Amino acid sequence: MKLTKLLTGTAIGLAMAMSATTANAEGELTVVSWGGAYTKSQVEAYHKPFIEKTGVKINSEDYNGGIAEIKAQVEAGNVSWDIVDVELSDAIRACDEGLLETIDHSTLPAGADGTPATEDFIEGTLYDCAVANIVWSTIFAYDSSKIENGPKTMADFFDLEKFPGKRGLRKGAKVNLEFALIADGVAAKDVYSVLDTPEGVDRAFKKLDTIKSEVVWWEAGAQPPQLLADGEVAMTTAYNGRIFNAVAGENKPFNIVWDGQVWDLDLWVIPKGAKNKDKAMDFLKFSTATEQLAAQASWISYGPARKSSAPLVGTYATNASIDMGPQMPTSPANLSNSVQNNFEFWADNADQLNERFNAWLAN
Amino acid sequence: MSDTQNSNDVLVAYDGTPLKQQLAKTTRRMKLRALLLTLPLVLFIIIAFVLPIGDMLIRSFHNPTGTNVVPNFAEVIQEWDGQDYPPDEMIKVFVQDLALARKNREVGKTVGNLATRVNYEIPGSRSLFTKTARKADKITEGPYLDALIKLDKKWANENVWVTLKRVTRDYTLSFYLAATDRKYDENENIIRADELYRIYLPLLYKTIALSALITFLCFLIAYPVAYLLSTLPLRTSNLLMILVLLPFWTSLLVRTSAWIAMLQTEGIINNIFVYLGFIDDENRIQMIYNATGTVIAMVHILLPFMILPLYSVMKTIPPSYMRAAKSMGASNFMAFRRVYFPQTIPGIAAGVLLVFILAIGYYITPALVGGSDGLLISNEIARHIQSSLNWSLGAALGTILLVVVLALYWLYNKLVGVDNLKFG
Amino acid sequence: MAETKSATDESFVRFENIQKSYDGEVLVVKDLNLDIQKGEFVTMLGPSGSGKTTCLMMLAGFEPATHGEIFLDNRPINTVPPHKRGIGMVFQNYALFPHMTVAENLAFPLQVRNMSRSEQEDRVKKILDLVELPQMAGRRPAQLSGGQQQRIAVARALVFEPDLVLMDEPLGALDKQLREQMQYEIKHIHESLGVTVVYVTHDQSEALTMSDRVAVFEDGVIQQLSSPEELYEDPKNSFVAQFIGENNKLNGTVEKIAKGICQVRTDDGTLLHAEQVNVEGVGNKTTLSLRPERIEIDPPKGTKNVIKGRIEELIYLGDHIRVRMNVAGNDEFIVKVRNRADKRPLKEGQDTKIGWLAEDCKALDFVGQI
Repeated sequence: MKLTKLLTGTAIGLAMAMSATTANAEGELTVVSWGGAYTKSQVEAYHKPFIEKTGVKINSEDYNGGIAEIKAQVEAGNVSWDIVDVELSDAIRACDEGLLETIDHSTLPAGADGTPATEDFIEGTLYDCAVANIVWSTIFAYDSSKIENGPKTMADFFDLEKFPGKRGLRKGAKVNLEFALIADGVAAKDVYSVLDTPEGVDRAFKKLDTIKSEVVWWEAGAQPPQLLADGEVAMTTAYNGRIFNAVAGENKPFNIVWDGQVWDLDLWVIPKGAKNKDKAMDFLKFSTATEQLAAQASWISYGPARKSSAPLVGTYATNASIDMGPQMPTSPANLSNSVQNNFEFWADNADQLNERFNAWLAN
Repeated sequence: MSDTQNSNDVLVAYDGTPLKQQLAKTTRRMKLRALLLTLPLVLFIIIAFVLPIGDMLIRSFHNPTGTNVVPNFAEVIQEWDGQDYPPDEMIKVFVQDLALARKNREVGKTVGNLATRVNYEIPGSRSLFTKTARKADKITEGPYLDALIKLDKKWANENVWVTLKRVTRDYTLSFYLAATDRKYDENENIIRADELYRIYLPLLYKTIALSALITFLCFLIAYPVAYLLSTLPLRTSNLLMILVLLPFWTSLLVRTSAWIAMLQTEGIINNIFVYLGFIDDENRIQMIYNATGTVIAMVHILLPFMILPLYSVMKTIPPSYMRAAKSMGASNFMAFRRVYFPQTIPGIAAGVLLVFILAIGYYITPALVGGSDGLLISNEIARHIQSSLNWSLGAALGTILLVVVLALYWLYNKLVGVDNLKFG
Repeated sequence: MAETKSATDESFVRFENIQKSYDGEVLVVKDLNLDIQKGEFVTMLGPSGSGKTTCLMMLAGFEPATHGEIFLDNRPINTVPPHKRGIGMVFQNYALFPHMTVAENLAFPLQVRNMSRSEQEDRVKKILDLVELPQMAGRRPAQLSGGQQQRIAVARALVFEPDLVLMDEPLGALDKQLREQMQYEIKHIHESLGVTVVYVTHDQSEALTMSDRVAVFEDGVIQQLSSPEELYEDPKNSFVAQFIGENNKLNGTVEKIAKGICQVRTDDGTLLHAEQVNVEGVGNKTTLSLRPERIEIDPPKGTKNVIKGRIEELIYLGDHIRVRMNVAGNDEFIVKVRNRADKRPLKEGQDTKIGWLAEDCKALDFVGQI
């Protein structure tokens, strides 16, 4: 057992030594996020004002999600990441496995109107080890220059007769099963209770069967807009921010269909044993304040996790003619038929359903 | 030196020491220095190769999560005969261990770790443990089983307890069973997984088949190219060699992206086919994001590994052999088949081995262009190492792959003879 | 110009006006005419790059002639592929197939001719006996010594009983002693089988030892085609004289020609007599050629050619003494003196007279500064 530990430590330590930059000196903070337009929005809304206010130097690092690296760092006892932007299911699992620092919600700043943080944050966005900053969503989109009278509902996405052409879907069970059930007529609020039965899972796969031959599978968030632009697919599921950026930044004629959207959270977590834990905590409090969350929403179409931020959301930072409000997954119109990703369901069933999904995929 | 020899038979140096001893003394320094020179390499191999692989092998059957999280329970539960439910005092230990683990939140020893571990065996049971642990410290008196069932009726499932007994043993076959699409049933018998969940064995077969196909295609393409390279004048062959090596010098991602641009349904090749009228616009060929894409891109990427050994062997075959064969009356084909081809076998053998072994473990290219049915076993290994974090299952799959490769290598050695390999 | 025997119908191999160029700019072989009789052993001798190997490859069919026609047994063979020419060939590095045993190598030409198994075995055994290596049948070429490989290569070229065997510097890789031994063996095999052999080498002693006739190549042209004796005794030009055997050169101007004897005034003013072989006429420059062993130190009175020289170096070689002299400004002038008891001792730095017969001295084409 000792040997195993030693071996793991050596191997992981070596791997870390390669990736970890020099140890953080005083006054430095390593912030890890998803890269691209998303990190840019955080740099503009969080990093820059934080640096200005505190003088702490921020190293911004990119990663591809998952908790593999956090786990490796914490288990090796050499934590070079101070604060990490993660998905909800990952935050829960990492917290359960003791990989994260716990966060006292009472220390979070109150809303601009004085509402205590615990009430200002949207319900289900505060966790023992994680504080949400944004709400993002998986939606589907199509190229309006190619499809006239485009699809309106999730059922249309699965309707090859009405809307022939290839479909883009993320390679994995998550969200696809929810979409399939919604398209098959399950009410948004019942999706997970149906999916929690073997019959429900079969039903979802059966619905996916109907479009399987026409599916192009994507994995990275950057792929769907590209697939649409290349004409590789007629419509595709995607992260709403990616589609928004293609529309607002590159003038692509893409339309988002919000019906049946599955929304999820991105949260800040602090790996256990982070070298600059206190500064990371300061940064977490600073960046999740009303003003910063609202500022981020002007750079990317992800919704702020605080209620008090919503009224402050203005126009797109580089194009004042675009009003950001309706672009948010949290805007009331977009939320009308929506599902919040059930982290507990996926924590319980991801392994098994991904296995089944992969077996289904390969046949 | 035999024992029966007396000292008179031993050759001695001038000072009377036996000559062998003297020789050993003088060469010792040299040997030591040679050893020192190889030391960095030996260390590197141990650290970068032997230790990680050893670690992987161990992880595949040694998983101490259970004993780490609920150490006292792990000890007592082994006494249980597996009938009905464990005695209540055992369950009491379990509840206390659970409460303690939740309180300590020690890395690698949390309830979450145990929940994840059990969830591998009983899918969907993860939250049973995390939820129960939150309330474990409230349960202070028996009967403990009833208290647990009151919290969540899943505790009434005897299989949960059987499984708990299994996962609290450090050494386990579970991951090898999972890696071969098998599992334990309620009575600890090994059964095959439900057909809908069988994934690894079919994938392993597919990986071997696709690797063999890729190797064969590489051979078909590389052989004439290597022959051309070996016969052309140096200047021309150098230029061609650069073309061959170009894939080596380009980033794998760039190359793969180029293939995507070429092969996608709206890509260059399909456009040309449509333009030439081979296919109509509605029925573009799907050449990427499936097995076809994987094969095409991997053949391209692995081609140099076939060409180079072939080239280096062909380069050493003087043209006089073919001329000799022809002067003796052999036709071009006969001379090739009987004289040239047999002499290239060492190169073929080396190229085939290289390409096959590289292909069977490849994962980036299939991950990018494999789409649905072009994935290989390594993609599953990568998934378990990187995202599902089931390192033990990843390790078991990796070990099985390693064993398969070694077995194929052994077979190959029987057929071809490793002494016959020429890598260049 | 090259001398050729008149083309007769009996000639077994005939090169007719053969030209060869690889790059379209330089002719490697220039207008070559050559006739080889059946059963003859003809050697193509020349320095590297002289075109001899190219000629052999054209005959074997591995290189096409750029112009002209090659006849084999009176059939034009330019369009016949190599494997249908029925010519045996021995290559420079033997080209024994490394993946086959000796017996398999020898059986290869018989197999491709679809000979019966028993006949194959029969012939292989016979030819192994001929080259005196019957015990080597089961070995691989790599397990044989250089000499043994060489013999097997010869055996393989002969085993299918071709009428013509080509050998491309077959002894080049052997050490001197073995090379000499093999020369005789090949010669004997040639004599006992009566096969026609065309042999390529750059080693003149090899050529002289083995050949019926030798074609001396230089610059894509046959300089002389004669028997070994004629080549040595009567070189037709300075190149041949220089290339075959040891040779001394003296430059001079022709003053008079009478009855085939030229009077030549050397550059230092001595008048010499030499046989007229290749001079353009009175008043022209010429290079005189004479063999070192034909020169006498302190010649008897009445010797036609007498010239002064100074002994620069003496080298004792047992059977003879090699004397390097400075004669008429040429300090590479070699005289071979037989080692005889009655000869008076020579000393380095000594001035002495040397002389020779007019017939032993050939007036050849002028080669310029020596």
